[in-house]
Amino acid sequence: MLGGFGSVGLPNQLLDGLVAKGVRGITLIANNAGAAFGSMVTLLETGAVEKVVCSYPRNAQSTLFVDLYREGKIGLELVPQGTLAERIRAASAGIPAFFTPTAAGTQLGASKEQREINGRLCVLEQALHADVALLEAWQADRWGNLSYRLAGRNFNPIMAGAAKLTIVQTQHKVELGEMRPDEVMTPGIYINRVVHIPYGDPVL
Amino acid sequence: MSEPATKLKTLTREQMAARLAADIPEGWYVNLGIGAPTLVANYVANREVIFHSENGLLGVGPKPADENIEPWLINAGKQYITMMAGGSTFDSADSFGLIRGGHLDLAVLGGYEVAENGDLANWSTGANDAGPAVGGAMDLGAGAKQVWVLMDHTTKSGSSKLVEKCSYPLTALGSVTRIYTNIAVIDVTPHGFVLRDSAPGVTFDDVQTRTSAVLHRR
Repeated sequence: MLGGFGSVGLPNQLLDGLVAKGVRGITLIANNAGAAFGSMVTLLETGAVEKVVCSYPRNAQSTLFVDLYREGKIGLELVPQGTLAERIRAASAGIPAFFTPTAAGTQLGASKEQREINGRLCVLEQALHADVALLEAWQADRWGNLSYRLAGRNFNPIMAGAAKLTIVQTQHKVELGEMRPDEVMTPGIYINRVVHIPYGDPVL
Repeated sequence: MSEPATKLKTLTREQMAARLAADIPEGWYVNLGIGAPTLVANYVANREVIFHSENGLLGVGPKPADENIEPWLINAGKQYITMMAGGSTFDSADSFGLIRGGHLDLAVLGGYEVAENGDLANWSTGANDAGPAVGGAMDLGAGAKQVWVLMDHTTKSGSSKLVEKCSYPLTALGSVTRIYTNIAVIDVTPHGFVLRDSAPGVTFDDVQTRTSAVLHRR
């Protein structure tokens, strides 16, 4: 499970570590898996990723994922973006499944239980758990309290808590109390590991 | 469908976007889809319209000058943006919660086809020419109070994109409320397509000829 939207809020250096470690047989849960740069390309090219759970596995700069998918070398579970977010949030919040109107009556809802609720056709969606979540934060302290910068928040707060092990890379390491209680966007209870990696601007 | 006899002077993408923008009331919360719908933001400068972006932003402002790019600030199309004073950022579950929960006044989306019952097809041509991807289209289609589609009236080969029943895979059921094309503005009502407005020099019959479903007069 990988935070980020496009290349903002993406834990690039943790991904580098995943490549260096040589982990294979990965099911990758991420909003984007198009991969035009960095370790995502390596993960896909080396066949380390077996399957992607994703809303938008397409990229203007790269056809890598689409090529692999067409050749049958990688699996895909395509999920509407809001349903992806809510399935992850549900996992974090202990909700095993929920009904949503999104995708009702479409191909992406076709293989799922559908039920009319208050006159509206809805699809039953399952919570989406992971073994490991890799996230990026702007600030973190030693309790694992996190804050994010602008659009860097996206999937990061909801993925924290949806995995058995949550690892965060942070631009800034701060002391306990430096973030005011109401500035903490993700409380440290969800976080298992924090790695301080001040890497500067992401490449878009 | 037979080839229309006359060639019409059609609106440009910019003119279509400006025509749609003219109908957005001050104070609305609006999501603009990727592609042509993004142009709509250029034509509301005199009104306070609050733009939403799926990656967790409300109050999206114009593109920054190159020297003022903020690397942590992109829109759903992955372009650098600015924020208006009053703007806010939040996570993806909140971002889609406000869509699904019916809080967004309007979503402007592109389309491959719109059916007379408001069904929308805009995420896949079935053949998956560019690879399968859906993004937030199904959530916006199902959740926004109003869904306006901005698209050409016909395909390049001349067949109507306004149809009795969609042939491409559906994005959302019965969700489109209005269509802005390069020749007309059409309401989608319980009775079907109703012509609301047409481009300069375009008649009701011109629009009906290019629409493969019944077109009603207001």
